[in-house]
Amino acid sequence: MKPLSRKATCNTHGQDSSYFLGWQKYENNPFDEVRNPNGIIQMGLAENQLSFDILESWLDMNPDAAGFKRDGNSIFRELALFQDYHGLPACKKALVEFMAEIRGNKVTFDPSRLVLTAGSTSANETLMFCLAEAGEAFLLPTPYYPGFDRDLKWRTGVEIVPIHCTSSNGFRITASALEEAYQGARKRNLRVKGVLVTNPSNPLGTTLSLSELNLLLDFITAKDIHLISDEIYSGTVFSSPGFVSVMEVLNGYENTEVWNRVHIVYSLSKDLGLPGFRIGAIYSNDEMVVAAATKMSSFGLVSSQTQYLLSALLSDKNFTKKYLFENQERLKQRHKMLVMGLQKARISCLKSNAGLFCWVDMRPLLHSNTFESEMELWKKIVYDVRLNISPGSSCHCTEPGWFRVCFANMSEATLNLAMQRLKKFVVDSTTNNSNNRSLDHYYSAKNSKKKSLIPKWSLIPKWVFRLSSRDRDRESSDER
Amino acid sequence: MVLLSKIATNDRHGENSPYFDGWKAYDMNPYHPTENRDGVIQMGLAENQLCFDLSEDWIRKNPKASICTAEGVNEFKNIAIFQDYHGLPEFRQAVASFMGRVRGGRVKFDPDRIVMGGGATGANELIMFCLADPGDAFLVPSPYYPAFDRDLGWRTGVDIVPVHCDSSNGFLITKAALETAYEKAQKDNINIKGLLIANPSNPLGTVLDRETLKSLVSFVNEKNIHLVCDEIYAATVFSTPSFVSVSEIMQEMEYCNPDLIHIVYSLSKDMGLPGFRVGIVYSYNDAVVSCGRKMSSFGLVSSQTQHLLAAMLSDEEFVENYLEQSSKRLAKRHNVFTRGLAKAGITCLKSNAGLFVWMDLRRLLKEQTFEAEMVLWRVIINEVKVNVSPGSSFHCSEPGWFRVCIANMDDETVVVALQRIHAFVHQEKDGNKSQGKSTKCLPKKLQLSFSFRRYDEGIMSPHMMSPHSPVPLSPLLQART
Repeated sequence: MKPLSRKATCNTHGQDSSYFLGWQKYENNPFDEVRNPNGIIQMGLAENQLSFDILESWLDMNPDAAGFKRDGNSIFRELALFQDYHGLPACKKALVEFMAEIRGNKVTFDPSRLVLTAGSTSANETLMFCLAEAGEAFLLPTPYYPGFDRDLKWRTGVEIVPIHCTSSNGFRITASALEEAYQGARKRNLRVKGVLVTNPSNPLGTTLSLSELNLLLDFITAKDIHLISDEIYSGTVFSSPGFVSVMEVLNGYENTEVWNRVHIVYSLSKDLGLPGFRIGAIYSNDEMVVAAATKMSSFGLVSSQTQYLLSALLSDKNFTKKYLFENQERLKQRHKMLVMGLQKARISCLKSNAGLFCWVDMRPLLHSNTFESEMELWKKIVYDVRLNISPGSSCHCTEPGWFRVCFANMSEATLNLAMQRLKKFVVDSTTNNSNNRSLDHYYSAKNSKKKSLIPKWSLIPKWVFRLSSRDRDRESSDER
Repeated sequence: MVLLSKIATNDRHGENSPYFDGWKAYDMNPYHPTENRDGVIQMGLAENQLCFDLSEDWIRKNPKASICTAEGVNEFKNIAIFQDYHGLPEFRQAVASFMGRVRGGRVKFDPDRIVMGGGATGANELIMFCLADPGDAFLVPSPYYPAFDRDLGWRTGVDIVPVHCDSSNGFLITKAALETAYEKAQKDNINIKGLLIANPSNPLGTVLDRETLKSLVSFVNEKNIHLVCDEIYAATVFSTPSFVSVSEIMQEMEYCNPDLIHIVYSLSKDMGLPGFRVGIVYSYNDAVVSCGRKMSSFGLVSSQTQHLLAAMLSDEEFVENYLEQSSKRLAKRHNVFTRGLAKAGITCLKSNAGLFVWMDLRRLLKEQTFEAEMVLWRVIINEVKVNVSPGSSFHCSEPGWFRVCIANMDDETVVVALQRIHAFVHQEKDGNKSQGKSTKCLPKKLQLSFSFRRYDEGIMSPHMMSPHSPVPLSPLLQART
């Protein structure tokens, strides 16, 4: 039997199965407040479930959008036939205005430079097809969203070269890390075509600082490469320092070389909590990129039914104003709950101001400063504590012990329960297990500035980088 | 420094093909029954517009199917967060059951083998990514749908090796033609990974008979290559012989390796819903289902749409009535049109499916060349003011054939189109050479030539449609202020 394509058969074997088993464990025993209160609580899914009531009440007041009607007249036929890859103009106009509103109207976007795609999954892949050949590379700061390995690399053949960020400076991108990544790629004979950043960051939940943004723009100018800014969490920024989009930094630099090489990816999966509707977008100042991406979007257009709903929803400025404000308040409150709950368990996390998750520091709970230990800890948390959280290694973090914990995809009561379980676990671990470094010992060691062992990225076993492909084995939805 | 990829800057998207040139003429001067009676009538768009009343009626009567209505909003949240690439179970069930119905209940489809794609466009690309590597090739009988070049090959790097069929035998695919094409490919060191067929055929509008299907299945089994059957027009069959799906043939054959058989489906033609982007890959190969499902992340069907269609397609009474009515209306339209053409002395390939006819204008060619075909086509667009698609854009090996779509307009427009064609043919009969009549120069934008030309983006009209575009006067295209 002739084999299938290489793409079909790669990356499906030869991996550490414990991550896969862990997810399976969750799927076999999912928490439900009523039907399965002892089940595993899902904290590995970056979903925004906090503001559906606002959406539902809008629907209540806008029956036209529901019934394929406009001003009471049926437009079903026209929607059913509408497959123009330029997208519904009303939808694009409303979407760019929404994007501008999120950025405090400090930036304006031109609808003709927006390309609609089936989710940001499709947007990211499409940009790779447009900007790079198979075998070329993009630099990505670590830790990064595990799905990028599939979205950016799988069918495109493009490579990802990590830009290492560490807790020593709050995981900020530094000039030296950028340069090191670039040189590392060159040593591997990989031609670098660009940098891709997620701002706000997944999994960190932080927004890029102005100096990081300027650093990135200087870097891509010097190297003559592209910058993709995945801004799908831009509407989830709930406290200072606030969100600065790369487009804002480029104000005043229109029609310079660098302006043409910056591209934004957007989506409504996180900000509006509508991942099922598959609404993604590419925004580029480069006409050729827009032209090519538009044609490619044929492979993943947004359903016209959904485009129509969006055009009605997002052009209602009263709704968007109310939603953005309320949603941010609720996220802020939920974030605070998680942080305080963790603190009660004597666990800290990276200070963050955005996203649907926290980047939690569980290094004190590790037996040893290794990824094996992180995996062991993770298994305990899934199997015994019954919380499904995401280990940092799945995000390509270079330091063991960090976990991403989501807070916006469950009720308050469930979040509280999760915190209680975690607190109990930490208390039990530190009192019962004498082999563990106690928290006190850890903090004193940290205070004495003893350097923990951080392995150089080249020494990290390859399986760590293949871990993310386990997401592909999981018979489940995107874990973003 | 070259900043974009080769894929982004090459022509393999195929939009420079003459297939799309007619669109541009139409776009600049679209026919409208009251506002522009002299405009170009769109007959290059294979859409099924005959049964919207039935779908609309159903939607009105089933508000629960929409997650936005008062009746259905209780499902809004669950549907809005559902992005599982398996798809909504009820959606898969409904599609599997619909596909079975379309095949007269002779085959049962397994909902767990249903994989979503971004329309058939996305589904065809997806199956190529699963089955072939860059540089590999698929055999495709010609004439074939022009966008296969893009869908099968643009980003995948897979090549198409055409298997030429001609009018000498009604464009049937013969074993001999397949063998010849396969052998030649071997000699040229081209690695053939499979055969892709469209059944019913676009542009021919014919269905494959049992014997031919069996021979294709044997062929791929012999060579141990894949068979991809694009069956997106399955429910547009309106008269005998009835549609036979490869899935039925598999059941009948003594030996067929199921791992080689894959079906591509869609609701764009059968249900007239191209805007909803419902593409399906149905494979009998477990590894392809598994891999394809993961790839479907790049083009999932909106859950809002899945939810609506799950309800619609599982309404058996509605489906039965829809399929029956659709068939009847297509039969009637086909009849009216072919008779109208016959009165003008124009014949078409005998067909029983699809949303178009394959029109034979060979006798109107000055000479039997593709250049002459292009000249004739220019006249049809400019003088007759009807946008039809020249056979060369379908990679037909014989000049003089044109695909004419007949299901994307109302009855009155059909009459106008036939009148114009009639008038044109009479002019020809009266001895006016078509070339002589067209002393007007083509606007520069429509400089047609047989070879693929570089599309000048600079002169693109701001309202330029995509290759699949609706009526330009649609209010949907006016952004709300």
